[in-house]
Amino acid sequence: MTTVLVLVERGGAGGAPVRKPTLELLTVARRLGEPAAVVCGPVGEEIVETLARYGATVVYAADAPELDDYLVGPKVEVLEEAVRRTAPAAVLVTSGPEGKEIAARLAVRLDSGIVTDAVDVQPGPDGPVVTQSVFGGMWTARSRICRGMPIVTVRPNAAHPEPLTNYPPPAVEPVAIEFSELARAARVVSRTPRAASGRPELIDAAVVVTGGRGVGSPEGFQLIERLADALGAAVGATRAVTDLAWRGHEMQIGQTGKTVAPQLYLASGVSGAVQHLAGMQSSRTIVAVNKDRHAPIFGVADFGVVGDLHTVLPALIDEIEKRKG
Amino acid sequence: MRIVVLVKHVPEPTAVWRFSDDLTLDRAGLDGRLSQLDEHAVEQAVRLAEEGGPTECTLTCLTMGPAPAADALRKALAMGGHQAVHVLDEALHGSDALATSLVLAKAVQRLRFDLVVCGMASTDAEMSVVPSMVADRLGVPQATNASALSTNGTSVTVRRETDSASEEVVVPLPAVVSVTDQSGEPRYPAFKAIMAARKKPVQAWSLADLGIEAAEVGLAAAGTVVHDLRPRPPRTAGTVVVDDGDAAVRLADYLAGARIL
Repeated sequence: MTTVLVLVERGGAGGAPVRKPTLELLTVARRLGEPAAVVCGPVGEEIVETLARYGATVVYAADAPELDDYLVGPKVEVLEEAVRRTAPAAVLVTSGPEGKEIAARLAVRLDSGIVTDAVDVQPGPDGPVVTQSVFGGMWTARSRICRGMPIVTVRPNAAHPEPLTNYPPPAVEPVAIEFSELARAARVVSRTPRAASGRPELIDAAVVVTGGRGVGSPEGFQLIERLADALGAAVGATRAVTDLAWRGHEMQIGQTGKTVAPQLYLASGVSGAVQHLAGMQSSRTIVAVNKDRHAPIFGVADFGVVGDLHTVLPALIDEIEKRKG
Repeated sequence: MRIVVLVKHVPEPTAVWRFSDDLTLDRAGLDGRLSQLDEHAVEQAVRLAEEGGPTECTLTCLTMGPAPAADALRKALAMGGHQAVHVLDEALHGSDALATSLVLAKAVQRLRFDLVVCGMASTDAEMSVVPSMVADRLGVPQATNASALSTNGTSVTVRRETDSASEEVVVPLPAVVSVTDQSGEPRYPAFKAIMAARKKPVQAWSLADLGIEAAEVGLAAAGTVVHDLRPRPPRTAGTVVVDDGDAAVRLADYLAGARIL
């Protein structure tokens, strides 16, 4: 069986060893061949166990300070080396800013076709068939890679992670590389980690609660966060909110922020500009609260409330607490 | 310092997409504009050029695309670019990201450069891979998704906001930088600047000028094949209730029905 390489995204300190999108990649990789995981950074028992449980039969482990000290360069060279060793049937990377950069440089070096932002990947007679949501989420394209080794960046939530019940312990293969001067050029001179919110991650969350300009102020946005906490949800924001610096850019949903597809998307005070809809209209269920009955968000909402979020949301939080009670 | 800013002519955000028989976007039939995300790249490049002084810095705006793409160059010139290059060739139709990066990298090399500035993504294809691909072909480092940048003439310093951290990155020149829409509002060119832009030099380059064979680019050379393209079934508006004091209860009932509560 041919190898399918998966580039692993490590979890944050104190959390799971591997981020959920990586487990999704391994699940997808099992459809296409035998998954092998490429890990940058220290490899302990816990991470190996997790990768094995989701199907990795080999773990390529590269641990060097350069992997943290520079932008993507060193990671590209690690992945390139893993490709050289395994001659894989495909390389799968999570479709985030860093994953796309790594995949893009790899595609040039291997002169291989690349598809980004996959929402589904299935085996086909001529290699993986990749489904993408394109042009602002308004079109669905199915395509395949016809040159070189298929490189696919896969969006979070493209698959449901499926653990195996029986799995052999994987081989751990160290990857030691003398990084090139080019890889060691874009140097990170300072890194200030963000304080953990204690909430689910936006791209993984089953429920996302979003606030727009209609919340009225940075303090008003706390109402969105209270509702999110009542629902165990992640918190999102529109570009208006992040432009006004009411909340940070990492919370922005839409064309220049994140694309999410949760079970429930609850938008309050969000008008529904096309750029925002592009980032959330694949959500299973959309609920909107807005005082303007003509807001475009109502055109995509499964359930809409025309009303003042400042009265509707506190009442909804009380109602949720009562029913949970 | 020689700065090259890469720009793309894209359909208006409100455009209704149409596709040709070969499943490429029908660009000729759509109203287009300079990509809003590239306006941020032009803005940052112009600011750097202004800081360096006009005698020390050349700011070239570069695009590839069919004839109407010249409009994007004129806008970039009106914002403050000094000169422009339009790579224009029938054989480019249907080029994928790999071919696009090949053409842009060859053009950048021909221009000679210290810094290439790009937007964070195009607003049509939205792949966000071209800046990294161009950097790799040029053999230079990149710092992507900058929310702020500055240069001392030998390196660029970039601020980046990732999911997990706020970072400062230093990259020696020559380099490629992409900037986000958080980097600052693009200027709105005054009438005088728009008129002045008409007199600024715009060169048209063909593939032959860049030493690229027609067979290396275009739809036939693409690394991917599109099997099919379907419009997403439109979402239909569901129930809308007007709050008469009971909306919260009805909404909670709805969430319970959808098994969220």
